[in-house]
Formats: sequence, C-alpha cells, structure tokens
Amino acid sequence: MSTSKPNMTFSRRDFMRTSSLAGGGILIGFNLFTACKPEASPPVDLASLNYNDFNAFIKIADNGAVTIFSPNPEIGQGVKTSMPMLIAEELDVAWDKVLVEQGVLDTKNYTRQVAGGSQSIRFGWDPLRQTGATARQMLINAAASRWGVEPSECTTSEGVIKNASGETLTYGDVVKDAAGMEIPEKVKLKKRSEYKIIGKDTWNVDLDKIVTGQPLFGLDYKKEGMVIASVMRPPAFGQKLDSYDDAGAKEIPGVIDVIRFGDKIAVLAKDTWTAMKGKKALKASWKDDGTLESTSDHDRILTGLLDGKDFQTLRADGDIKKAFASADKVLERTYESPFLPHNCLEPMNFYADVTSDKIHLVGPIQTPERTAQEIAEKLDRSPEEIHLEMTRMGGGFGRRLYGDFAMEAAEISSKAGKPVKVVFSREDDMAAGIYRPAIKYRIKAAVKNGEVTGYHLKEAAVNSNMYGLIPNFFPAGAIENYQVDVAKHDSNITTGAWRAPYTNFLAFAEQSFFDELAEMMEVDKVQLRLDLLQKVKGTTDERIQYSPERMEEVIKTAVEKSGWGKQPDGVYQGFVNYYCHNSHVAEVANVEIEDGMPVVKKIICVVDCGIVVNPLGALNQIEGGVIDGVGHAMYGDFAFENGVPQSGNFDAYRLIRINEAPEVEVHLMENDHSPTGLGEPTLPPAGGAVANALKAATGKRLYKQPFTKYPELLIVPEKEIIG
Amino acid sequence: MPTYQIKVNGSVRSVDVSEDTPLLWILRDHLDLVGAKYGCGIAQCGACTVHLDGQAVRSCVLTAAQVSGKEITTIEGLSEDGSHPVQQAWKEVDVPQCGYCQAGQIMTAAAFLDKNPNPDSAEIKSAMQGNLCRCASYSRIYKAVEKAASRMG
Ligand code: FES
Ligand code: FES
Repeated sequence: MSTSKPNMTFSRRDFMRTSSLAGGGILIGFNLFTACKPEASPPVDLASLNYNDFNAFIKIADNGAVTIFSPNPEIGQGVKTSMPMLIAEELDVAWDKVLVEQGVLDTKNYTRQVAGGSQSIRFGWDPLRQTGATARQMLINAAASRWGVEPSECTTSEGVIKNASGETLTYGDVVKDAAGMEIPEKVKLKKRSEYKIIGKDTWNVDLDKIVTGQPLFGLDYKKEGMVIASVMRPPAFGQKLDSYDDAGAKEIPGVIDVIRFGDKIAVLAKDTWTAMKGKKALKASWKDDGTLESTSDHDRILTGLLDGKDFQTLRADGDIKKAFASADKVLERTYESPFLPHNCLEPMNFYADVTSDKIHLVGPIQTPERTAQEIAEKLDRSPEEIHLEMTRMGGGFGRRLYGDFAMEAAEISSKAGKPVKVVFSREDDMAAGIYRPAIKYRIKAAVKNGEVTGYHLKEAAVNSNMYGLIPNFFPAGAIENYQVDVAKHDSNITTGAWRAPYTNFLAFAEQSFFDELAEMMEVDKVQLRLDLLQKVKGTTDERIQYSPERMEEVIKTAVEKSGWGKQPDGVYQGFVNYYCHNSHVAEVANVEIEDGMPVVKKIICVVDCGIVVNPLGALNQIEGGVIDGVGHAMYGDFAFENGVPQSGNFDAYRLIRINEAPEVEVHLMENDHSPTGLGEPTLPPAGGAVANALKAATGKRLYKQPFTKYPELLIVPEKEIIG
Repeated sequence: MPTYQIKVNGSVRSVDVSEDTPLLWILRDHLDLVGAKYGCGIAQCGACTVHLDGQAVRSCVLTAAQVSGKEITTIEGLSEDGSHPVQQAWKEVDVPQCGYCQAGQIMTAAAFLDKNPNPDSAEIKSAMQGNLCRCASYSRIYKAVEKAASRMG
C-alpha cells in the first residue's frame, strides 16, 4: 500500500484518518480496536501517527472500486467475510464489487487485536458500521459541495450518489474531493429493514483460493533464503535439557545447522522433511527439574481438592448450608474431564527474520500484538522494529492465542542469523500443547417442597479456574441459596484457552445434573428449567449474564422444533439449554439404537445470537461447533504418564469423522439485538444433550468424558432394542 | 542425492531429493505446489490427498520412487480454473471453515465420484471418512459431494 501526501485532515473522531493515494483514490484508515473502546482518547501526538497505527482500511479507487482490508485474522470463523460486510453495508456499495484483503498489521498502539472468544463481531458491530457510514457521508459531502446543494438532499445506492434534481455522481468521481474533507462527527446508521448486505447469505471471500489450493496458510508461506527449523523439546513436562549429541543430525545431507536455545534444540535444513529427519537423528538426555505428573495424579489431586476446604468463593447468594440442612432431598454428583489438545489441522508454525534493523514475522497467530511485544522483550528490541503479517489460519480453537511458536522462530532466527520458519510435526503439535486443563466439577442441589432451594457448584481444575463471569450464568439468580467455589492445582503442564473455555465442559456437568435433578424431583426436564427461569425475570442483579426471556424463547423453540416428548418409540432425546459468549442456545440430541448400540443421529440446535450478519457463514460455525462438541465429548482423551503425553498423532487421538457426525438442524432466532458470538456457544451444550439422550436410551448416566472410554455405560438394555 | 522425474499436473518435473522424501514434501517444498497439506504425516487425516493415476492417495506416505512413471494430479491441477464439478459444488455450498482440510477433501471426493457417480449416503460417508475436518464442516462436505454427484452422474 503506497500513500502519498499523508493528509492533513484529522478527525475529532480520532480513530479515523484519510489520505489521497498516489495512484488515485482515497484510503481511509481507522483503528478498529481504539474505536471499539467507548472511552477512546486521542493519541498524544496526532502528527506523529502513521498508517501503521491503523489496522483496518477502506480503499476507494478513482474508478469506484472498493477494497476493504479486513482487520481481523481469519481462523475459520468467517470474520474475514462478515466484518467487511458491516462496512460495505453502511458505505452502501454492492457486495460483489467489494474486494476483501487481509490487512497487514503492525504493532504500534494496538489495544486489542485478538480473534477469539467469539467476540470479533460483537466488538466490531458498532465501529465498523460507523466507519462505513462515515466514509459514505464524506463522499456525499464531496458530491454535495460540487453540486452546491445540501448533503441532506443527497441519497446513495450501490456506490452512486444522487441529488434532488436527479443528477448522479459515482463514489469514484468524488473520492479526490472527499480525501480533503472534514471527517463528520455524527453519522446516521441504517435501520435493520434497510439492510441489503447484513443478513444475506454471503460466501467466504477466500473460497476460490481455498478450492484451488492457492497459498494462504502460514505453512504455505515462503521467502527467499528461508530455512526450516524442526525443534526438539523436552519430552516430558517437568524436564530440562541435560546434554545432546548432534553428530547424527549434522551428517544428514541438507541439514544446515543445529542450534540450542534454552532447553530446546533446533535442526535447520533447507526443506521440511530434512529438518524433521534431522531432529529424529538428534540424541539428547534430559534431567528432571520438577514433578513429572501423571493422569492418575491429577485424578487424585483434583478429587482431593473437591473433598477439601480450600476454595475461593466466586459467588455466594443466601446461605447454602442452611438450604442443605433443611432440604427434603439432596442430589450430589461429580463430573470429570481430561486434558485436551487443540489439534488445529494446520500444525503450529511461524516465520521470523530477525536482523539488526528489523524483525519480520509472518504466520498464523490470534494475538499479534501480544506476541510481538513478547518477542521484542525477549530479544531486547523495540516493538517498533517489529512487522507482523498474519496469514490465514488452519484452525485456532484457542491454541493460536499463544505465541510460543512465534517466539521460537524469532529466537532461532536471531541465533542463526537467517530467516527461519519453525514447523511443528503433528507429534510436536500434540506434545507441545497448551491444553484444555483437566477439570472436575461437583454439584450439589437441595430440594424442599418441590423447589430447588440450594445449589453449590465446586470446580477443581489444573492451573486455572473459571473466569469471573461464569458464576453469573444460569442458574445464578434462579436459586435463592447459590454458591460457586473454585480450587486449583498448579502443574508444569501448560494449559490455556480451548474453544469455549470452561463452559466446554461445565455445560455438560450442569446440564446433566439438571436432567438428573428433574428425575429426582419427578418433574418434566424442560419444565424444571422454565420454572427456574421465571425466578430470574425482573431481576435487579446486574451481575446476571443472561436474559431469562431470551433463554425461555430458545427453550420453547427447541421444544417445538425437536418434537420434544413426542418422538416415536426408538428415538431417545436429551435436552440442554445454555448461555455463554453472550449467546443463548438450546440443543436437543436424538439418539437411536443401531445394531444394539446407541447412535447420535441428530442434534436440533436453536441459537439466539442477535442479528446474524452472514447466515450462510453462521450456519457453518454453528454446525461445526455442535459436531465438535459431540466429537470431543464422545472421543477426546489425552493422558500423561510421568509428564509425557500419551497420544502423539491421529492414530492414537480420535477426532470425530464424517460417518460419526450427526445431522445438525439449526434454527436462528430473529430479533434486533446486536450480534453475539457464533464460533463457540453451540459447542458446550452438545456434550450434555448427547449424555442426556444416551441416558434416555441406555438408562445409564455418564459423568465422565470421553463417553467412549466407558463402553459399559453405552450398552442398551435388551428390552430397549427394537426390531 | 538422486534425481527423480515426477509427472505432476501434466508436466514432467525433475527434483533432487533423498529417496525417503515423501511426495507431499516434494510437492510442497520442491515444486511449489502447496495445495496438498500436511496434517499428520501418517496417512490418518487425508489433508495431503492427491491423485495417482486417478486414485486418491495419501502423498505423505509415498516416496518419489513409488510414484515415478505415474500421473500425479494435485488440487492445483484438478481443473484450470476451479471449474471441476466438485470444486464448483464446494463453492456453491460454501463448505470451508478454516479451509485447511478442504483440498484433501475435494481430491478424495473427485476420485470417488469418478468411480462411483451415483453414490448413496453410506457410500459417501465411507468414502470421505478418511479425511478429517477439525472444524467439523462435515454437514457441508456431505452436501457438496451429493451436489457434485448429481452433476457428474
Ligand atoms: S498428512 Fe497425509 S494423511 Fe495426514
Ligand atoms: S475446514 Fe478447518 S479443518 Fe476442515
């Protein structure tokens, strides 16, 4: 992107700036994430700003062609398509005339630049529409002043401005004038009924490139002089490098160098296969530097925490002790989940070229800002020297929030004095994970006079506990005496965010518990949930994170669409409602018996995620989330033995496949609420829906994931087998 | 290092690689054809699927010697311009999420439909089950294969 005459026009809207382009046209730069903060204040010195301070751009050429540089990295959530749709809508151009490109990103002054937490569209919703509308208003103002009419007399449609007497100018005709115009402070946004792009099925902007195999991903990136690094890391968590022998590796033709950095050893070669072979030829010995933990240890430790007294209380309403003491009936259950690797299909990789005057980084990363900062600190360089380009990502699921692989690339390049791309093998990717931590939940409920009077949720987790909003999710506010307590065990096994952190397992635990609670209370399973929601309506508790009304709507819709309670013999259903990532979801699983085994045939999924910007993309996310949730609940298992991960590749780690994937029927609620997350909220309920349906089919309750690890619980009693 | 003649997408290319180098890495690192992806390296995920004399194969476990003299087609060579009925169906259905597995999915589907242009549901699922999609875009993969079949059959 080359610009000339960096323009004098600064807006009071401090996040936008315009500039004429050398080749004709206008470039509008804005900082999405500054704009997103309501309290955004102007940068200290406007004059020293340059275009690196902006992370999103609209380019309008003299011929009217519009290019939108998408501000967010694409990890498969479709934000590279949906976010530009918001700009194009308010700019009022035809979507098929818009070109979308991934913005090149520099690191200065970023406040938030993360693709994760299903939040991209939620945070972008207002600022992106305002940006489009502002650009449109500037073009109108330019046309109006040329005509000598009031801007308010002008209208636009698909890139053409029209005045009251019917004269027209295209955006391209007036871009030059617009580049010099004042940026308007206040602009009017369209009403939902006026939308032409938002809410319409829009195809993935990278489709052509994906189906023809064009280079898009980090692993596809190449640069002159680049070498590949394959890295040997300590085989067990809790080990450090003692000594190593690289003679064998260096004998392999094509191996260029072997470099130790910290407790890791990198084999550099001109191609990937040689680097991987070189790594295999390394001989290293390791020494223990901490406890080497095993899955059996975690099992024992987490149970110990649940049985113990050392908890942090995240929310406490009423007096649970009293509630349990005076209860007619009490139900207490414990639920257990294993560690999980992310297993993005594109293994971790990153390119770094560290030279004396700059650091060039390229690759798939969800947190470019933080990663660049960490690298600058580690290498003792200034963040301004770093230039980071994001590629398309072959999956994220939380793993690419962590920049460990980019750090490795930078360290190796710095030591080798060469441009280096670090490439993880699948085995590296599974063994050097930042896993979903193993977690156990214990839930206890008190029932008195047919009402749930007490609820106590305890969490015992490896390394970190649920974030602060979760205790305010359903059923918080619905039960008078309610408490959430958490405890953790510090481990040297690295853990972190995994698609829908905490809720990905908590939803299963709580929603299985409600199912069983309804059985104990001898009430309808759905009615129990609806009754609880009634109590939250009109709450003045501002901590409550969900809307009982919206939840009730998704539940009722799911009941109707799934034919809940009206299924023919041989179809067993499980019900779940859940709120997370600002979206309300209900799911019903249908299980049928085939050859004496229960099979998950279908999931009916009802989602309230506000206005759906791109229904075509949204459905893909929703279906994927549901199947991912089913898959990990059924099959996902990952164990450690003395610090060593016990699965290394897809032969020993089972992911759901097409023949195991249930049909997913999706219903989107229609309303005027701002958009909320799609990439995550449909995953957590899926495991619970399946477990509840399996209980209906087999009579056996599942308390542990993955379900297939307990085949004895998946057996259908003789009498239930039909035909 | 030995030199191999590799026939890929209609032209003969010569590469100098060690004899154990998998076809996948020859394509990606030596011939600049990065459409076939690395996912596992042990024939478990299907991301690296290419055609060998019209058969869908896992390029991560084939060596240069094993493919010499045979016709290799990669996603880049499946059609000139993305117009193969399977690619078309993939676009119409908007299958990809992250997109990483999709070249492999398309190559598996194309070879399968070539042999069996009128598959039933079970046949589609069994043909496609070797290809993992971590994003679980399976509903759309299934729909796209059905759609392509209706055109090829
Ligand atoms: S990379 Fe070849 S099958 Fe996975
Ligand atoms: S689309 Fe991401 S792995 Fe298939």
